[in-house]
Amino acid sequence: MTKVSEVSEMKVIVFQLMNKEYAIGLDVVESIEKSLSITRVPRMPSYVKGVLNLRGVVTPVVDLRERFDMEYKEFDETSCIIIVSHAGAEVGLIVDDANDVMDVPTSAIGPQPEVVGSVESEFISGVAKVDKRLLVMLNLEKVLQPIKKGNTDEF
Amino acid sequence: MDVSQYLDMFIEESKEHLQACSEQLLALENNPDDLAIVNEVFRAAHTLKGMSATMGYEDIADLTHKMENVLDAIRNSKIQVSTEILDVVFEAVDDLELMVQDIESGGDGKKDVSNLVDTLNRIEAGQPVDVTNEPAATAEEVSMEVVTSRGIPYDEFELTVISQSAEQGFNALEITVTLRDDCLLKVARVFMTFEILEKSGEVIKTVPTVEQLENEDFDQNFTIVLLTQEDAADLKAKVLKVSEIEDVHITHITDEYVQKYKQASLNTCDPEPSVFETTVVPVTKAATTNETPKETIKTKKTTTSNSNKTIRVNIDRLDILMNLFEELVIDRGRLQSIASELHNPELNESVERMTRVSGDLQNIILNMRMVPVETVFNRFPKMVRQLARDLNKKIDLEIVGAETELDRTVIDEIGDPLVHLIRNALDHGIEMPEERIANGKPETGTVTLRAYHSGNHVFIELEDDGAGVNRERVVSKAIERGIISPEAADTLTNKQVAELILASGFSTAASITDVSGRGVGLDVVKNTIESLGGHISIDSTEGKGSLFQVQLPLTLSIISVMLVELDEEIYAIPLSSIIETAIIQKSDILNAHNQPVIDFRGTIVPLVDLKDIFEMENRSNEEDEFQSIVIVRKGDSLAGLVVDSFIGQQEIVLKSLGEYLQSVFAISGATILGNGQVALIVDCNALIK
Repeated sequence: MTKVSEVSEMKVIVFQLMNKEYAIGLDVVESIEKSLSITRVPRMPSYVKGVLNLRGVVTPVVDLRERFDMEYKEFDETSCIIIVSHAGAEVGLIVDDANDVMDVPTSAIGPQPEVVGSVESEFISGVAKVDKRLLVMLNLEKVLQPIKKGNTDEF
Repeated sequence: MDVSQYLDMFIEESKEHLQACSEQLLALENNPDDLAIVNEVFRAAHTLKGMSATMGYEDIADLTHKMENVLDAIRNSKIQVSTEILDVVFEAVDDLELMVQDIESGGDGKKDVSNLVDTLNRIEAGQPVDVTNEPAATAEEVSMEVVTSRGIPYDEFELTVISQSAEQGFNALEITVTLRDDCLLKVARVFMTFEILEKSGEVIKTVPTVEQLENEDFDQNFTIVLLTQEDAADLKAKVLKVSEIEDVHITHITDEYVQKYKQASLNTCDPEPSVFETTVVPVTKAATTNETPKETIKTKKTTTSNSNKTIRVNIDRLDILMNLFEELVIDRGRLQSIASELHNPELNESVERMTRVSGDLQNIILNMRMVPVETVFNRFPKMVRQLARDLNKKIDLEIVGAETELDRTVIDEIGDPLVHLIRNALDHGIEMPEERIANGKPETGTVTLRAYHSGNHVFIELEDDGAGVNRERVVSKAIERGIISPEAADTLTNKQVAELILASGFSTAASITDVSGRGVGLDVVKNTIESLGGHISIDSTEGKGSLFQVQLPLTLSIISVMLVELDEEIYAIPLSSIIETAIIQKSDILNAHNQPVIDFRGTIVPLVDLKDIFEMENRSNEEDEFQSIVIVRKGDSLAGLVVDSFIGQQEIVLKSLGEYLQSVFAISGATILGNGQVALIVDCNALIK
């Protein structure tokens, strides 16, 4: 996201988590899906909801609320899954609502303040203030650190 | 000239030629008097020399050149084949392989070969007859003196064909075509010329050979010998119509000419320079049976065209094809499930037909990715020979079923484990010659490498007639290393004891040799094979020998599974691990310590509740009187997996869980079912200790 600094604006997708607004760059978003049936994967951290069939590709799904240790919420009619492509792998992120695409002037993106809600700061790459809205920019690198644990058998 | 675009081809072909060299050299060692073999090696070496010189790899060209000289001396009976000489030649081939490998990995293919070149020179000079440095060239010069035209060497058979066809009114024409200097598509021009000439008669010989022509391994001109009834001038006009051809020169080979040539070769007592021969070996036999020239020529034509009927396809393209087909298999499953719901006979019929066609398609695609295990096996004879010499043992390697085919991905992985197994058999299995004689065995040990298909699997077996596994030594070592407890040792069968040597951290060799026995190895072999979805077992009789059996799946991407239900989710268990399914009464479940077990046909089988393993909450079936279990195996150990219900058998496409979920316990991958749901594939190997 920082690589577009020479461009004056960047397009972001705005989504809600616990009534707060977050944003990720449009360039990493593949699609936004409404409810798809998720297959649970055993012995995973609770925020890994499972895998789903995204047009023939088995795609893992992460519940962002649980990733950020927020209160659990059932998948409802406003919830949706944002499919992001990160480091060559596609991952789905469950969010409360995603309804906006915005142009954010890069100059409006600043470093994160010391305390931003309950989200652990390592998941945040910065904050953007547009009009009267405060958008928290996600650091996908940290959010989507590969799960490696248990036995080392790989297929 | 920019040669980089030919680099891949050069590397691949060099490897083929080197492989041919080592195979023929091994054959030569057993039949030192067979000059036909020497000719084969010579031909391979010569082609390699030409190719490497063109590509600018001087060291390779140099070394092959010296090797060629020695071979030529052998061929002309100036030196006798001996183990020492072959050792040096083998060493040369080894060095050449190293150099080619170096080029492959981006190096410049340079290597100091002066020592070897010196040795080769000494071998070559080590006889009374003074050998020139360019024997091949001399041979050619000799024939040049007699033959007035371009000096194409003919062998006896070809001469016979020419003179016989002359009797039947066919003229033998030597057609030399010169391409323009700026000709870009040399191969295409050659092909067009061939097409024209083959319409007018029979091509019996080309210089350079057809292979060389196809590989563009020639300069501006090439010569074709044609048997035809057409007029030379007409032919010339026809060939000249092909664009980018500078000149066509046609010489008539008369009968006198043939006689003269025969005379000449008799006088010089020089075997015809077989370097330029096309595939003559099978044909020479046919010639002795007085067939008409036409027929013999046909035999020859088929041999050439057979070798041309393959194309090289980049493995990536096959992978793409495979991926697309996998999509198709998923949709096929979807269609099948829709059809079974709708009960429409016409739909059912067409879905059924599609299923059949796509099944055939699947076989073809899988077959295209199949490679004979020969590509792995062919490096072993040389390795065994070298190892046997290093170890001072006498060992024969027999290879059976090298034509057996396996998926390319499996082939790429299986080489190293086999090397380990063979080294192990040679080092620990086969005894020293004295010991063998003392035990009443033949002095030479035999190691048999066998490959065959059986069902959906390929078996690779390595059998030796060596010492076998010493039970006491293995057991005491296993106890010492803490692999088994002393109490357990007595209950183990001989087979189980033999398989202890596959455990990690195990090495029974009294002294560590550089051949094998660093204590890593066999367990690595076992892991590699299991990661490929195969398994390895050992049968051994002390004093009689051992049999290592490796079982591998035919393919890794489409597998048959049994679908089972667990807490309303569907899981897939690979059929290859399933022994059978059963429904048992709750009262049949016994407890061994904390482990529930069942008595399954006289064997105590531990039960594994998949819901426990997968940490599922809903355990509604606890009250059920009956439980469904799937008996699975890993090697010889069994386990019963408790599931909610069986759904059925299905062919599925193996998909990875992606980069994000890099390792999930007891899950080897996922697949997409007909209804679009993802099902996880249970990794039985992880569930059994």
